Amino acid sequence: MKKWYKYIKPYLPYFIIGPLCMIVEVVGEVLMPKFLANIIDYGTGARDIENASEVIKKIYSFAGDKSPFVIAIMLCMVITAVLMMLGGVGGAYFGAKASVNFAADLREDIYRQVQKFSFADIDKFSTGSLVTRLTNDVTQLQNFINMVLRMCLRSPGMLIGGIIMAVVVNPGLTAVLAVSLPLLAVAIFFIMKTAFPRFSVQQEKLDNLNSTVQENVTNVRVVKSFVREDFETEKFRQANALYKTAGINSMKVMILMSPVMTFFMNATTIAVYWIGGNMLVNNSMSTGNLTAFITYITQILMSLMMISMVFITASRATASGKRIREVLDEEVDIDDVEISEEDAARRISSGEIEFRNVSFRYYKTSDEKVLSDINLKIPAGATVGIIGSTGAGKSTLVSLIARLYDADEGEILIDGADVRDYTLYNLREGVGFVLQKNTLFSGSIEDNLRWGDSNATEEEIKKYASIAQADQFVSQFTDGYNTMLDQGATNISGGQKQRLCIARALIKKPKILVLDDSTSAVDTATEAKIRKALSGMLGDSTVIIIAQRISSVKDADMIVVMNEGRITGTGTHSELLAGNEEYREIYYSQADGKEGA
Amino acid sequence: MAARTLEELRSRYNTVASAQRKAGPSFGPGGGPARGRPGQGPKGKPKETAKTIKRMWSYVSDYKLRLVLVVLCMLMSTCTSLVGSYIMRPIINNVAAAGTPAADRLVYLAKILTILAGIYLMGIVSNYLQQRIMLSVSQSASERLRNDLFTKLQTLPVRFFDSETTGGIMSRFTNDIDNIDTMLNTTLVQLVSASVTLTGTFFFMIYTNIWLTLVTVVFIPLMLFSGSVIAKKSSRFYTAQQAALGAVNGYIEESVTGQKAVKVFNHESVCVEEFRLLNDDMRSKQLGAQFFGGIMGPVVGNLSQICYAVTAGVGGILCMKGVFDIGGISIFAGYSRQFSMPLNMLTQQASTIFAALAGAERVFGVMDSTPEDAFDTPDENPPRIEGNISFKNVTFGYVEGKTVLRNISLDVEKGRKIAFVGSTGAGKTTITNLINRFYDINEGEITVDGIDIKKIDRKFLRTNIAVVLQDTHLFTGTVMENIRYGRPDATDEEVIAAAKSASAHSFIMRLSDGYGTMLEGDGQNLSQGQRQLLNIARAAISKAPIIVLDEATSSVDTRTEKHIEHGMDRLMKDRTTFVIAHRLSTVRNSDKIMVLEKGEIIESGTHDELLALKGRYYELYSGNAELD
Repeated sequence: MKKWYKYIKPYLPYFIIGPLCMIVEVVGEVLMPKFLANIIDYGTGARDIENASEVIKKIYSFAGDKSPFVIAIMLCMVITAVLMMLGGVGGAYFGAKASVNFAADLREDIYRQVQKFSFADIDKFSTGSLVTRLTNDVTQLQNFINMVLRMCLRSPGMLIGGIIMAVVVNPGLTAVLAVSLPLLAVAIFFIMKTAFPRFSVQQEKLDNLNSTVQENVTNVRVVKSFVREDFETEKFRQANALYKTAGINSMKVMILMSPVMTFFMNATTIAVYWIGGNMLVNNSMSTGNLTAFITYITQILMSLMMISMVFITASRATASGKRIREVLDEEVDIDDVEISEEDAARRISSGEIEFRNVSFRYYKTSDEKVLSDINLKIPAGATVGIIGSTGAGKSTLVSLIARLYDADEGEILIDGADVRDYTLYNLREGVGFVLQKNTLFSGSIEDNLRWGDSNATEEEIKKYASIAQADQFVSQFTDGYNTMLDQGATNISGGQKQRLCIARALIKKPKILVLDDSTSAVDTATEAKIRKALSGMLGDSTVIIIAQRISSVKDADMIVVMNEGRITGTGTHSELLAGNEEYREIYYSQADGKEGA
Repeated sequence: MAARTLEELRSRYNTVASAQRKAGPSFGPGGGPARGRPGQGPKGKPKETAKTIKRMWSYVSDYKLRLVLVVLCMLMSTCTSLVGSYIMRPIINNVAAAGTPAADRLVYLAKILTILAGIYLMGIVSNYLQQRIMLSVSQSASERLRNDLFTKLQTLPVRFFDSETTGGIMSRFTNDIDNIDTMLNTTLVQLVSASVTLTGTFFFMIYTNIWLTLVTVVFIPLMLFSGSVIAKKSSRFYTAQQAALGAVNGYIEESVTGQKAVKVFNHESVCVEEFRLLNDDMRSKQLGAQFFGGIMGPVVGNLSQICYAVTAGVGGILCMKGVFDIGGISIFAGYSRQFSMPLNMLTQQASTIFAALAGAERVFGVMDSTPEDAFDTPDENPPRIEGNISFKNVTFGYVEGKTVLRNISLDVEKGRKIAFVGSTGAGKTTITNLINRFYDINEGEITVDGIDIKKIDRKFLRTNIAVVLQDTHLFTGTVMENIRYGRPDATDEEVIAAAKSASAHSFIMRLSDGYGTMLEGDGQNLSQGQRQLLNIARAAISKAPIIVLDEATSSVDTRTEKHIEHGMDRLMKDRTTFVIAHRLSTVRNSDKIMVLEKGEIIESGTHDELLALKGRYYELYSGNAELD
């Protein structure tokens, strides 16, 4: 609770005034039946005014006679109703202010937290679940708060106010409530206790239904090419039927709520009529009070129902709150807050990289090491190729350079300083990364390229785009560099995407450039052109190329061969060809196709 | 990098706005026509709305008998509640009547309370029955609606899926159908209940006292008027809020999904800044929406409290004049409040109805999309397909005016292997899309065994073509089930044999449960290369005479590719094979190689012929060789 207070504090006045406004409505609602009772009892003349309360007596003496008295009470009621309306409107206003601001601040905080996350944190939560937490869960919480602010004083207020008034009107009759209220509370408790587990089953079936649809839609080409439409439909029908059954199972319990409520309300009413009727006959109760009492019973029971509704929403909101807290409470495992002032000024100047006894696991709990005992020194300005089969640890190795992950053991030095002694900003500023699974963002091509350097001139943009062999196709677009990319850049091809990503990294003019299998969708000839252009312009930058094809790394100053998380050989192409069995195997698996040339 | 302005962000991320945006340049199948569609709110044409309602009705009209029961129960429970509240009048009047002896009054009270208990009981039973029946009706109706939607979805062409986002289709199954379900479940019942309560109460009111009824009637237009003013305001803010919410969610989705790129480019602070702009924009829109949504209840409800007050006063005076009774006042005060409840309910129903109508239009919009034309004379299908394929002057574009393939002609005899090379965006994948009729061609003709494929049933045609697609897609289920997807009647042994021929067997055996290992979320626990191997195994198990390999091994490292070569050879043996690859080594031993450039075949021949030609292929190949 304490942790949420941060989001309440700036809007504390709204959080307090909102419910207070609702109190006005509650008080009014509780008073109204009593006013009516006064009209009936003293206005129409069945009872002597001497029995009335002091306030009513004053009004009566002010009015002078019965008719003006009735009109005076009526005016009191109208004024009360107007006040209630103002209270209600005020409650809505402050409630909206409180809940909307709460949610907006919370959303912003979660977003900031996600921006601080390391790659490991993102992997842990998965991007899909982060998106849900930021959108759905925050909304759930917001709705809950909105509801609570309107209900939190209202329903208990009505309940308590109703009970107090009932006691004031006739303490004896209240005994009936003492029996029925606890019974009703127990009944509601059992209904909810039965319903909640069924709700979670329903949610599970809904998730299942959704994933069936999602899979079908994303895999539509597979479904169609294997003509499995009927199979898919059958699969969906089953999921759908299960969802329906689960829905009926939970709802059929929930719909018991209203008959049960009505039953207790009716039984109580009959009891009150009987006992109250007896009192009426014995003259120990007035007609007006009996009417008022009946109204209070309805109010009390209704507010109990409202309170149980709050519990239902609360259980959903609690789940959302928990999921949000998980994000906010996650300790970001890579940060640079403890860096010294001296270190904070350090920037990458030459681009020399050294790995010393580096080991790494993705999950601290798993035994399997992704990298073990890596020792590697890359001189500044060198071009290094890394080659090896899928799953050998190539991508992991390079991601440690920019501290996308932190090594478990050993250290990584850049220009002789540990990567942890750079600020994250300076470190990443000096490293240009083209990720294996790269993302372009919706916006113009130019916007995207400017991610590398927001101050780049148009000439620079064009220059680096032509090195990445992207200028040719971009200039063919009607809008050139202003062409808008859709979300996920689905309106350009995979090869074009990769070339733009390379250009984006180049514009950064980094000291260290990492290309992680970043030309896999580019054809061989274009790739060769990119490589040629690169070697011309990246005079003093260190370049690391991860590739599938020997041809991509053959001319590198040094080639690193990796297998199952270890370096199995380093050297130039000819050295490795002579002395590394694995490299030879890779080479022949590829060279063989070209013997004819 | 500077953050963009709110205006720019809004126009980028608001789905409504972006749908109207001009579609960007399009090359691959991904860049179809404009994505998404506005579809916000009902179109407002009364004729269309009536049609939509009629169609929604058709989903419940099968349960006419049950609906009649629901309405009967509804009537019963409403009547009992009306009578129940009226009974207070005789009770109070008779029991409070000082003239009659006390014992008589108590006997009367006992009698009338017994009757009341019976009425109440009937009310409770009928209320429960009504809810229970309606629950099964609405659940069955929405189940059928979802089934119909899904079944329809299976018949829609690939083109449809190009133009819709996955999220958009999903929200039809969840949001839209939920909204319809809510309406079916509550609106119908509430409309009946509200109108019965209204007329019933009105009747009882007139019966009780005509003058007081007039007082109440004066308040109705006032309540309706203020209700509709607020509703109008609130719906305007609500629309604005939804648009702002769409923008925020769109931004979150994109930037969080691309989070790793954000980090690598030190772009976090710009993202936070842009997010704040959108979030603050939504904050202000939400304030309005929540406020106006929140005051509907208090304003309308308290107008009825005023009405209650005035009735009480006027009733009191009438009583003193002797033309009205105390019991009457008590019940009338109750009635005047009861009268506002259905009105309040109806105004609330309006938003449910709008949401449901908008949802229904979107759902029916999908159901009305043109399906891939069904071929209803299957006997005209050739008994079996041999695999001779030819293209005659085929021209095709995904979008009108943008030709992707121009004047393509080729002939492939059965059992031959034909390869396509060319730069990205040259139209290679498009050719394979045309063979299995994912798209129909604009000009020219494609024939299989001499028969125009437009005259062959799509399903029959596709059964005869096994495809390994560029993007690997797997299903939730075991490895075994995923491979068997290629041929449902394959035995376990056949599945294992297919896995072996695709070199997938060894890694599958290393998975925790071997072939029984569950794959989830598109096989995220596998590497891209492993997923491709499973895709190949899935195609290998099919007995189709034609096979299409679209970059089937692009993520498999070359050593593994070498290993599966034998399996692939076996896979392609005696089948007509279409191969697309950018690794020239993969296509080298094809019977014929087609070089595509900007949608046209510029060279064709065997590897050696093409090299001798010293044209584009030679350039591609030597560009490669030169660096080797």
